Amino acid sequence: MIPPSFEYVVPESLSKAVSLLAQNPEAKILAGGQSLIPMMRFRLAEPALLIDLNRLPGLEYIQEEDGWLKIGALTREATIDRSQLVKEKYPLLADTTRVVADPLVRNMATLGGNLAHADPANDHPAAMLAYGAQIVATGPTGERAIPAAEFFVGPFESALAHDEILTEIRIPAPEPRSGGAYFKLERKVGDFATAAVAVQITLDRAGACTRAGIGLTNVGWTPIKASQAEAEAVGRQLDDGAIRRISQLAADAAEPESDHRGSADYKRGLVKTLTARALRKAVERANGGSR
Amino acid sequence: MSKHHIQLNVNGLPVEAEVESRLLLVHFIREVLNLTGTHIGCDTTSCGACTVHLNGKAVKSCTMFAVQADGGELRTVEGLAQNGKLSPIQEGFREEHGLQCGFCTPGMMMSALALLQENPDPTEEEIRWAISGNLCRCTGYVNIVKAVQYAARTMKSSVPEQQPEAVSA
Amino acid sequence: MSEIQGLGHSRKRVEDMRFLQGRGNYIDDIKLPGMLYLDIVRSPYAHARIKGIHTEKALAIPGVLAVITGETLKQFNVHNMPTLMSDVQMVLPIEAVKYQFQEVAGVLATDRYTAADGVAAVVVDYEPLPVVMDPRKALEPGAVRVRDDKESNHIWHWEWGDRQATDQAFAQQDVVVSQDIYIPRIHVSSIETCGCVAKWDPLEGHLTLWMTTQAPHAIRTVVALVTAHLGLSEEKIRVISPDIGGGFGGKVPVYPGYVIATAASIVTGKPVKWIEDRTENLAADSFARDYHITAELAGKKDGTLNALRFKTIADHGYTDAAANPSKFPAGLFHICTGSYDFKNAFVEVDGVYTNKPPGGIAYRCSFRVTEAVLAIERIADIMAHELGIDPADFRLKNFIRPEQFPYQSALGWEYDSGNYAAALRKAMDMIGYESLRREQAEKRARGELMGIGISSFTEIVGAGPSKTFDILGIKMFDSCEIRVHPTGKAIARFGTKSQGQGHETTYAQIIAEELGIPADHIKVEEGDTDTAPYGLGTYASRSTPTAGAAAAVASRKIREKGKKIAAHLLEASEDDLVWERDRFYVRGSPDQFKTIQDIAFAAYTNHPPGMEAGLEAVDYYDPPNLTYPFGSYICVVDIDRGTGEVKVRRFVAVDDCGVRINPMIVEGQIHGGLTMGFAPALMEEISYDENGNIHGANFQDYLLPTAVETPRWETGETVTPSPHHPIGAKGVGESATVGAPAAIVNAVVDALWHLGVRHIDIPITPPKVWHILKEKGAALEE
Repeated sequence: MIPPSFEYVVPESLSKAVSLLAQNPEAKILAGGQSLIPMMRFRLAEPALLIDLNRLPGLEYIQEEDGWLKIGALTREATIDRSQLVKEKYPLLADTTRVVADPLVRNMATLGGNLAHADPANDHPAAMLAYGAQIVATGPTGERAIPAAEFFVGPFESALAHDEILTEIRIPAPEPRSGGAYFKLERKVGDFATAAVAVQITLDRAGACTRAGIGLTNVGWTPIKASQAEAEAVGRQLDDGAIRRISQLAADAAEPESDHRGSADYKRGLVKTLTARALRKAVERANGGSR
Repeated sequence: MSKHHIQLNVNGLPVEAEVESRLLLVHFIREVLNLTGTHIGCDTTSCGACTVHLNGKAVKSCTMFAVQADGGELRTVEGLAQNGKLSPIQEGFREEHGLQCGFCTPGMMMSALALLQENPDPTEEEIRWAISGNLCRCTGYVNIVKAVQYAARTMKSSVPEQQPEAVSA
Repeated sequence: MSEIQGLGHSRKRVEDMRFLQGRGNYIDDIKLPGMLYLDIVRSPYAHARIKGIHTEKALAIPGVLAVITGETLKQFNVHNMPTLMSDVQMVLPIEAVKYQFQEVAGVLATDRYTAADGVAAVVVDYEPLPVVMDPRKALEPGAVRVRDDKESNHIWHWEWGDRQATDQAFAQQDVVVSQDIYIPRIHVSSIETCGCVAKWDPLEGHLTLWMTTQAPHAIRTVVALVTAHLGLSEEKIRVISPDIGGGFGGKVPVYPGYVIATAASIVTGKPVKWIEDRTENLAADSFARDYHITAELAGKKDGTLNALRFKTIADHGYTDAAANPSKFPAGLFHICTGSYDFKNAFVEVDGVYTNKPPGGIAYRCSFRVTEAVLAIERIADIMAHELGIDPADFRLKNFIRPEQFPYQSALGWEYDSGNYAAALRKAMDMIGYESLRREQAEKRARGELMGIGISSFTEIVGAGPSKTFDILGIKMFDSCEIRVHPTGKAIARFGTKSQGQGHETTYAQIIAEELGIPADHIKVEEGDTDTAPYGLGTYASRSTPTAGAAAAVASRKIREKGKKIAAHLLEASEDDLVWERDRFYVRGSPDQFKTIQDIAFAAYTNHPPGMEAGLEAVDYYDPPNLTYPFGSYICVVDIDRGTGEVKVRRFVAVDDCGVRINPMIVEGQIHGGLTMGFAPALMEEISYDENGNIHGANFQDYLLPTAVETPRWETGETVTPSPHHPIGAKGVGESATVGAPAAIVNAVVDALWHLGVRHIDIPITPPKVWHILKEKGAALEE
């Protein structure tokens, strides 16, 4: 309930923040704090130093540029939730953002934080896998862009070095006839997913799928890219038969544990059902259908 | 143990204090400012009883440190009534029996107010969605929804809000 | 001139003004000069010997003043305390801990942050011991013994009814149905947790205890008895229950934290505050349910019920601290014949120790009525379905009929009044029952799963008549004391204690109705034992039946005296006076009247010679019987065959609580109660693994519904007054929690019956349903 003591600093620049991290192995970044502070209150995390990024300018933005949707790491979930651009062109991201925690948490929680925390139960990672997004890290030697598929290394372990700060997320701007959807089964608002599936597809003029990204939430030690399911989708019409096969492959890619949210079998079954539903929704949106 | 000097505006009044970095914003509000209308109901950021407005956003004050509020504008339930008159959201809760034990109510009203400030004409679904970060054990939410709808109607038909009169902490 | 706003008015609440402005006075709002903070070290093990408690690191922290252990308290002989069921509960252990999160030591510090640091710094050496978590295993020979001071894990056996006649009936009837029903542990989780501020004044030898308690007087007496050997004395103990953020039964028991805080205050001479956090609340505070029931019914092929036989294993945790009236270890479970006319019935319950926290009666349950109703409504529904009889028809066929009231149940209760068929028919009407059944048939043909479930319950509240009810020997009357001021306004104090039920509003309405003083001019107070008349508190929906009755009777005593004063003022004979609304008038001459205000003023300025001045009365009401609210609830569910999710599409609740004092408040109680029936049916559960580790000790794991999951409740009412209650009211606070779960379970089973499903234990979670669908080949292949 009560966190232990720690030192607190508000760096005046990003490079200052980076060097503070480099100098202090026991330091942690404070962004939204909606994952970190609860852990500190239970004394599961006891950082000696908190580096507060919230006052650094230039880390909150949503803009399309050079064929990418670029989102500043400190952009609040609520801001993404309100973005018309995201609703219209990036429905997978809109769907995902909407079901992160609850509306109050979303006012503080950041997209960067959700990814950097690398909790396999978090929602955005699967969407980033489905998008084929890039995650930009800024460290002492500059910036590097890490593909989402390489970012989630283990439970609560990302590809960020200790002295790197996640500064930007880049989602490829969709081709025409693209659509996506995120289907999450949660026991109640605010819960982590029992299972969730992120789908992003592009169709050609004939309706065949030219690109498919499928990410799975909370059914493994990391978010899972269902590569075989993706491969099954490419080159095909996404009719009922195809959807059934793709969903089965997605379920096969899941590695869930049995816990209080459900048995491993149940979660695999959910992945199958949710993949099918997400695919149908994605196709509907790709064809210009309902939001 | 580092202490930090913070200044902020609380319900229209300037406030200054020396706080430990680990002091949670909710404890700052309740014990340093003595504004006990903001409540604590859980330890996992789940219940929303601690909801306040910081810099115009509804946030769970149990999941923030007071130092984060430095330079900011804080509004708590004590800042809702103006000139001794209940605000529309408070009136709505009274008219529609939107509270029973009253413990979740301040947080619930702050969330509802944030909704109405952004969406003056919400549907029932939108109201339920907006308060889904606030738990209530007494009311079953039915009358809370009605209270928010009442407030929405009142706010639509009334004069724009005056600057809140300074309320002593 | 204010409207009187007596019975039947949806008067706006008096309490709201302070709550809406954040000016409630809850325990954690109390700040006293020099106040210290208590936090508690708790056991990570469900069963372990304590080898040592190392306090040096904690005591070295600046601001940590003391670490209190069982040995500390033993010096004052308060390391143990008696429970309401004459068992023993540890305040702090000496030898061993018996449940995970049990209190092991108290850390006293100058502020709550330092106290938390102190708790983290206390080191306890434990020797883990084997645990027993299943009460059925606990009864087996060779089972781990929970209690060092007891021979076995079997606490008591209780039975009621005619075993022989019932067994005979079972042997003779055409149809017997049987079902095991497990009702798991749940936790009431009021948004405010429990806590206290204990203030010992060494100069005066006086103890003030602000406490989250639903029964302040009982607490005062218990504290007096338990501390008598330390020199404390009841007139020097003041218990104040200020604003309480929800009780629901969870704030009735005496928790170790209260005792440790009190002891700490006595030792230091400073006020001590203890507030538990949510984890402590969920893990160690009084739970509810945990009943393993085998329910059996016997009857005819045409659905006529004849006999009922229930056998229950009751998991009580490591000590029997259930807050029952003393003669009823299984509470009022024997209301389980429900709304039906059974000729024969027999119930037996066996209480068992396990390595879990104690409790049992703390979730809006009316003393185990939630368990009883879930059992009878489930087994009745099973029988209806087995016989192929529509569940509504089955109930209508077996309901106790209006002309049978007052009705003697086969288990010895005298139901005061009821019209069960009217309530059910109204609910069926409101929900459109016939067309829903048609829709269900169509959907079923298409493979869609839709269910309709009914719960027609009879509640039993208002404990209770002095003949049979007492708590620790104290009879369960309740009280109201009214004093009318010279200007015709009044103050009324009660022995109950609202935790959100709106007593400040509704009690005034009762008095307003009786005396004609506008409710706005009647101040209502509760909760301070120095001023309020003695009462047993608010829980089990007893306030309206007992204290509400006392309010009416006390008002009538005042009216009696008022009549004499009026006669004096009007120079008329009392026999010639008629009372109407707010005045006495001379029969035949209505322009010759005296209002209650006139009378009040005269009581101080111009009362008849020989009469005492003043206008007040007190009544300690001993209810002649309990009251029996009832209702019928109908629930419609749709089941997602792909995910197993159960969606409550509609829920209609028709309640009858007799005369409704304030319809707005009654409705609010129903909404809240329904939500507390819905959530255990679908999502709430406290469980333990085989090592005694709890699951559900925080709000991430223990799922309370938000406004998104909670259905939109539809309510209706019938009004069948209680013939024995002075204003015909019955009490309603828990009806919906009692009645709702069965409606939901019945709906889900109804949706799946054709697949061969008879019963599902709550909570009915999506994985549970999905596994059933998979097993029955009805899961959806998308």
